[in-house]
Amino acid sequence: MSSAQHENFRIADLPVKASARDFNFYYGDFHAIKDVNLPIFDKKVTALIGPSGCGKSTLLRSFNRMHDLYPGNRYEGRIDLLPDNINLLDREVDPIEVRMRVSMVFQKPNPFPKSIFENVAYGLRVRGEKSRSVIDDRVEQALKGAALWGEVKNRLQESAFALSGGQQQRLCIARALATDPEILLFDEPTSALDPIATASIEELINELRTRLTILIVTHNMQQAARVSDFTAYMFLGELIEFDVTDNIFLRPKKKQTEDYITGRFG
Amino acid sequence: MKSAQPATAEIRALIAAHKRWDAAFALLGLSCMVFGIAVLFVLVGDMLITGLPKLEWAFFTEFPSRRAAQAGILSALVGSLYIMLVTAIVAIPIGVAAGMYLEEYAPKNAFTNFIELNISNLAAVPSIIYGLLGLGLFVYTFGLGQSILSAGLTLALLILPVIVVATREAIRSIPQWVREAAYGCGATRWQVVSDHILPYSMPGILTGVIIGLARAIGESAPLIVVGAVTFIASLPPIPGVEGSLWETLMSDFTAMPIQMFNWTSRPEAAFQVNAAAAGIVLIAVTLGMNGIAIWLRYRLRKAIKW
Repeated sequence: MSSAQHENFRIADLPVKASARDFNFYYGDFHAIKDVNLPIFDKKVTALIGPSGCGKSTLLRSFNRMHDLYPGNRYEGRIDLLPDNINLLDREVDPIEVRMRVSMVFQKPNPFPKSIFENVAYGLRVRGEKSRSVIDDRVEQALKGAALWGEVKNRLQESAFALSGGQQQRLCIARALATDPEILLFDEPTSALDPIATASIEELINELRTRLTILIVTHNMQQAARVSDFTAYMFLGELIEFDVTDNIFLRPKKKQTEDYITGRFG
Repeated sequence: MKSAQPATAEIRALIAAHKRWDAAFALLGLSCMVFGIAVLFVLVGDMLITGLPKLEWAFFTEFPSRRAAQAGILSALVGSLYIMLVTAIVAIPIGVAAGMYLEEYAPKNAFTNFIELNISNLAAVPSIIYGLLGLGLFVYTFGLGQSILSAGLTLALLILPVIVVATREAIRSIPQWVREAAYGCGATRWQVVSDHILPYSMPGILTGVIIGLARAIGESAPLIVVGAVTFIASLPPIPGVEGSLWETLMSDFTAMPIQMFNWTSRPEAAFQVNAAAAGIVLIAVTLGMNGIAIWLRYRLRKAIKW
């Protein structure tokens, strides 16, 4: 599948990594996401922006079926993962498989109350990796990838809670990187961090974009402008506009988008 | 028109009057507290004064006797130990697994709500009712007789709700983001439970377990109903040395509270001394177990900070 199949989004001639098709989401009777179609381009950063309650986090959490942990919600449509062409939402596809392929970094840093090493190694242990040398190697690579290795290489056995908030969030990124995810989801990853830690996370996302497909939800429009290649603006569960980030911020096509990014509401 | 704001003298009089109530309640509360603690201290103190002289080594190594001076608590102490072992081995795995299932696996619906409510109710059922249940179920229906096994199983039923409730509370105190983080790594439900939920809830579970066992070790009513013997002048066979484990489990039993109860019902004053001494031992064991619970909770919680 190529981007050409997204009739509405002939905005880039790039390989697509995942694509949401006619996606609808309901919390009980509440229709939270309405007919969303959205391509996620391979090895690009796509940002989801919009006011609180617009459904951007709900959409993000559908990419790794986090919603399956809770009762009372329902979704329709497809999210196809390419090139294998697997519908992530298919009832036949185990959500555990989905989460092994699509990793997530949460709003609040959430390391396990275990050592720094064990936090990063956890994804490998879940996959049954037993070889000490493989685990050591992967943990080191992941911590380097998350720009944390230099700070923690001499204290890998210390508790993850001994780290600062920004370091904890980079540890969570390392935990996600250790298993080579096909897509990395960020759910407002800096909303609990101070400006300096935020800058380090944004810098990290900038480095990761060359190797990974990233989908990020942010309530901070400047952050979306700084880190993303593509931006989707959502409002009341609908995808209002999706385009190259510069276009969204400099030349929005829709009045609603313009009102939001110029701060007239939201 | 007169202002709603009263004069200075009036305000001060009002406050002084209100503060008299304040002081009155503080005094009442203080006297209630002193009364409660004083009664406890007098009881324990009286027991200590009566019983301490009797606490010699022989008291722990002698069997019960018709002569108070020669009577000891050996069989009661060993009986309590065996019964507690049976109780712990049965109640801990079942209680923890049941609590884990209710919190992490069971769907939240009217049926599980009903079960949850009734487990809490079971914790408040008088212990003698459990004795009757044990008598009917273990002694007669299963034909286990008036044995250590029947007694241990009965006490296991008694503390099962305590362990289930403690397990659930401990699991509930684990923040939801821990589960999301673990599931997000691709973990299965069992991996989440065994790698995270169980280890992180262990301090709370252990506290509940020890509080439950401390309750069980002091129980006499259910053991009397199940058929405790008050006079045993031999120990159960040591399993693997003097007989099979089954023979040990099927032995007659007595326990610390039973021995105390027996001694207090004797007319001779010397037996009252024995009862007080046994009471001291029982209190020491219970306090010791609670101490272990506090220490374990402190040790394990240091490793886990939220």
